[in-house]
Amino acid sequence: MGSSETVTGNTPTPLTLGDRTFRSRLFVGTGKYSDAETMNAALEASGCEVVTVAIRRVDLNSGDNLLSQLDREKYFLLPNTAGCFNAEDAIRVCQLSRELGLGDWVKLEVLGDRKTLLPDPVGTLEACRELVNDGFKVLVYSSDDPVLALRLQDAGATSVMPAGSPIGSGQGILNSNNLAIILEQLEVPVIIDAGVGTASDVTIAMELGAEGVLLNTGIAGAKDPVAMAHAMRHALDAGWFASRAGRIPRRRYAQASSPTEGVLGE
Amino acid sequence: MSDQPTRFEIQLNGEVHQVETDTTVFDLVNSLPIDPVAVAVERNKRIVPRSLHAETTLEAGDQIEVVTIVGGG
Repeated sequence: MGSSETVTGNTPTPLTLGDRTFRSRLFVGTGKYSDAETMNAALEASGCEVVTVAIRRVDLNSGDNLLSQLDREKYFLLPNTAGCFNAEDAIRVCQLSRELGLGDWVKLEVLGDRKTLLPDPVGTLEACRELVNDGFKVLVYSSDDPVLALRLQDAGATSVMPAGSPIGSGQGILNSNNLAIILEQLEVPVIIDAGVGTASDVTIAMELGAEGVLLNTGIAGAKDPVAMAHAMRHALDAGWFASRAGRIPRRRYAQASSPTEGVLGE
Repeated sequence: MSDQPTRFEIQLNGEVHQVETDTTVFDLVNSLPIDPVAVAVERNKRIVPRSLHAETTLEAGDQIEVVTIVGGG
């Protein structure tokens, strides 16, 4: 939490995760775009450096893949284990990702249920431990449970990434109290992952003290993804500065902004 | 041994696929309409490192997975 650090300049400071530093605190997914041109324009507008990708069976009938048109030099590709419902499959995907030349950084997801896409806490913790032992840098998708978040930190996660609300739900931050507890307790950077519907959700996450936000559908599913990407970028900056600016306390009653003396007629 | 079959079946990405005897992982990947550089291969749930593609010969019943990077969140 940054209330003690000095705020200078007009952009947030870079984000340090493990031994790497990223210029943008907004991580953006590459799924669900209608075409590569829109995806590239939205990523550009978001100002992101880290983009998430998935590992899937190649389509043997078509060589067409939006991602072949992504500028690999420009972005840091963070492979996810989306779609894995047990630790074993998630670990397999991470090893395949390494074989694909994507390195040791992974976004670990072990899902517990197809309808909610909420994480399986037991499988997530098990996979996190094994992957850390195998030398992976694990950014781990978690629920907003403060106890699980602590366990994942203890397991060696590089970042714990609690969901604001279910993946793709657009419900924003549902349990800000739990997230505030997680942010207070954890020493590793916390990134809010999933559930972002619009720009204000990103600001709220950052005002709570998150080190960053990861989102996909909020941009890709918007009517105008490029405009929404632009909004998300500024929303993140707004929240980052606000969290460090020392907000005023909430009061029940009004407090006049103009001088109370010298009012005509008194 | 003249009646030895010259073709056999494997599972490729979950589907039945016919290959010739002595086909290697390298041959298989290069026979597919895909960019061979952008894929990773698993044989019976174990990764076949790229350096071993040319010397890994397929056997009947092998379960082969060929994966690549796609868009995701």
